[in-house]
Amino acid sequence: MLLFIAMPIVSVIVQSMFTPHEAVFLTVETCTPFKCTEETTIDQEATAALRAEQPLGRFVGLDIYLDRGHLAISEVGEAWATSQSWSEFLASLVNLPFYRAMSFTLVFIFTVTPIVIVIGLLIALAVNSIYASLRGVVIFFSLLPFVITPLIGALVLYWMIDSRGILGNLLQWMAGDPSLSLKASTGLMWVSLIVYGIWHAAPFAFVIFYAGLQTLPKDQMEAAQIDGASRIQRVRYVILPHLMPLVTFVTLIQLMDNFRVFEPIIGFNAEAHATSLSWAIFNDLGGETRQLSSAATTSVITIIGVAILLTPVLIRTWRDFREKV
Amino acid sequence: MFVRKLVLAGVMTVLAGASAMACGINARVSIVGNEFPAIQSVGAGAQECKGAEVTTNLTADHQKINVPGMQGNPAEYTSAIIANSSIVALMNEDVIRPLDELVAKHGKHLKKNQLVTIDGKVMAVAFMANAQHLVYRADVLKQIGVEPPKTYEDMLTAAKMIRDKGIMPNPVGGAYKAGWNLAQEFNNMFLGMGGNHFKSGSARPNVNTEAGVKALNMMKSLSEYMNPDFLTHDSNATNAEFRAGNVAIMNMWGSRAATLVTADGVPQAVVDGFAIAGPMTAGGGSTPASTLWWDGWTVAKNISDAEAEATFIAMTHAIRPEILADNDVATQAVWLIDGYKPTPAAVGVFAAAEANTIPYPMLPYMGLLHTALGNELADFMQGKESAEQALADVEAAYVAAAKEKGFL
Repeated sequence: MLLFIAMPIVSVIVQSMFTPHEAVFLTVETCTPFKCTEETTIDQEATAALRAEQPLGRFVGLDIYLDRGHLAISEVGEAWATSQSWSEFLASLVNLPFYRAMSFTLVFIFTVTPIVIVIGLLIALAVNSIYASLRGVVIFFSLLPFVITPLIGALVLYWMIDSRGILGNLLQWMAGDPSLSLKASTGLMWVSLIVYGIWHAAPFAFVIFYAGLQTLPKDQMEAAQIDGASRIQRVRYVILPHLMPLVTFVTLIQLMDNFRVFEPIIGFNAEAHATSLSWAIFNDLGGETRQLSSAATTSVITIIGVAILLTPVLIRTWRDFREKV
Repeated sequence: MFVRKLVLAGVMTVLAGASAMACGINARVSIVGNEFPAIQSVGAGAQECKGAEVTTNLTADHQKINVPGMQGNPAEYTSAIIANSSIVALMNEDVIRPLDELVAKHGKHLKKNQLVTIDGKVMAVAFMANAQHLVYRADVLKQIGVEPPKTYEDMLTAAKMIRDKGIMPNPVGGAYKAGWNLAQEFNNMFLGMGGNHFKSGSARPNVNTEAGVKALNMMKSLSEYMNPDFLTHDSNATNAEFRAGNVAIMNMWGSRAATLVTADGVPQAVVDGFAIAGPMTAGGGSTPASTLWWDGWTVAKNISDAEAEATFIAMTHAIRPEILADNDVATQAVWLIDGYKPTPAAVGVFAAAEANTIPYPMLPYMGLLHTALGNELADFMQGKESAEQALADVEAAYVAAAKEKGFL
């Protein structure tokens, strides 16, 4: 616990509060194959001396958390003061990277999670009621979306929804609009990402629920049948209460996973339309100049975000547990 | 018996002669770099060296791994193949070493203009030049009766004619993928419109200017003639569109243009119509809306002197003049190597150099501005905000990042 969880978190928190030293610039002659020019470069000796003195860099406290790339406190304040209406305020809010990422992430979480649970449950009930000899095959194929590496799955769908791909072409034909493109419209791109999210995670929910259904006591079901409960009533009053702890478990995992949505954004090349905190971390580290402090700050915010999301579910679980004891 | 001995002796002599030409090293060499054809040839050339292990890691993600891979002591990579944009990150972190002594000892056949010197010290050895320039379909332009465009305004006129005549619905190609590519297209257009990225002599941004707005408006006009998915198209996807015959005019990298139509399954009309010209200007300016690039290699600082020497020997072996004897290699790039003769595929890059195209800025903070441009311009291209707002966002995002890195 200490080595694998506590230490990395402490290290990330420390990194988010320190930034590199002030750069010491030098103007020197730089000769490239094309010509010689006077260019600015970094004075390595002076920088090395600064680093030797304070190896962690400058302590900036929460400055990075509050800057434009993250919580953007002063920009939000300004938008609040100058906006005439709510819609204007929201427009300037989603223009800031952190809030843009959050707006997509929250929509993604609160559509994907419930739909995954419902679809997972429906598949589990369906598979449970088919002939035992067919189950193996059906389970195998239902699981495939979850087995495929997320990035590959996203790429496969990405090429299918391309305006020259099979699904993209079909949609154009159905809509009668040859210029329709899923990738050019933010709304349709969000829908595609959400559909991918459901496609990928539904088998996970299905497997958990299916395992839960195997532990359902036969006598309870028989008793309900004798009492004249319809199929829907049996699901509502016998199966669901039995599966409730598993629903909580799947919700927890899905909230965490969807908050960190990353692979579909990369696979769908969707960064123009949708971003997430994980994507922001990847982007900070992937530039020609790496922004470690910024990435560390976003990581800490991600941890806090997951904690906030999970709190209601965890409190509920704790209460149930107390009641049982 | 005697004859056999004689033949054997002859063979031995030839082998000895060959091994004198070959490359011998006695310490490990490990190379990280980008993965286009010319760099793959260089990597393979270094691996010809015998005596110690030579490993290569050539990937499009090289810039994500080269700094971390060279910061350790000893460094994982003994050499990074870089361009004028990516050497800056290595310089900023002080992970590459001056090469003057090694050049004096082992670099006799390197030309002086291959040596990239910073403050009088050789920090990299360049081996090829690159630029973005016009690639077009001569047959399509002939069909509408226009000359290859010299300016972006001409390009728009030609695009309109191609669309109006019903030849292609989206005749313009462009690597406008949100992120690095989109930012690079902005850099081209911005320099062509006479812009300067920074206020002179400082790290303060200077893109929210008239030149910036004009550059963005031109990009917007061009995008109206592109595949609607343009914000997801990088160089590979744009080339695929050209190969499929969906695109007639585009701004493309010289390093990719050479091999553009050699892929399998390219329709004959595309192969026959394929032509290259120099970069275009924009907004009535005389400086091409493009940037000049060089690719070269560096040697890590945090390695032993023996490893540095072995790396230098292997890398100079990989770019020796003899590699140009192979015609495939000679056409892969505009080589800066002694004895290189321009191939037809190189006219675009040469035209770019002759027209005084501005080299991509080698400034410590340019990478941050490039990232900020890549993140913030997509909203404008989708029509969600004004050019001024997008450029103000770029500057604000850059300032936040530059403050974090201690540049402002």
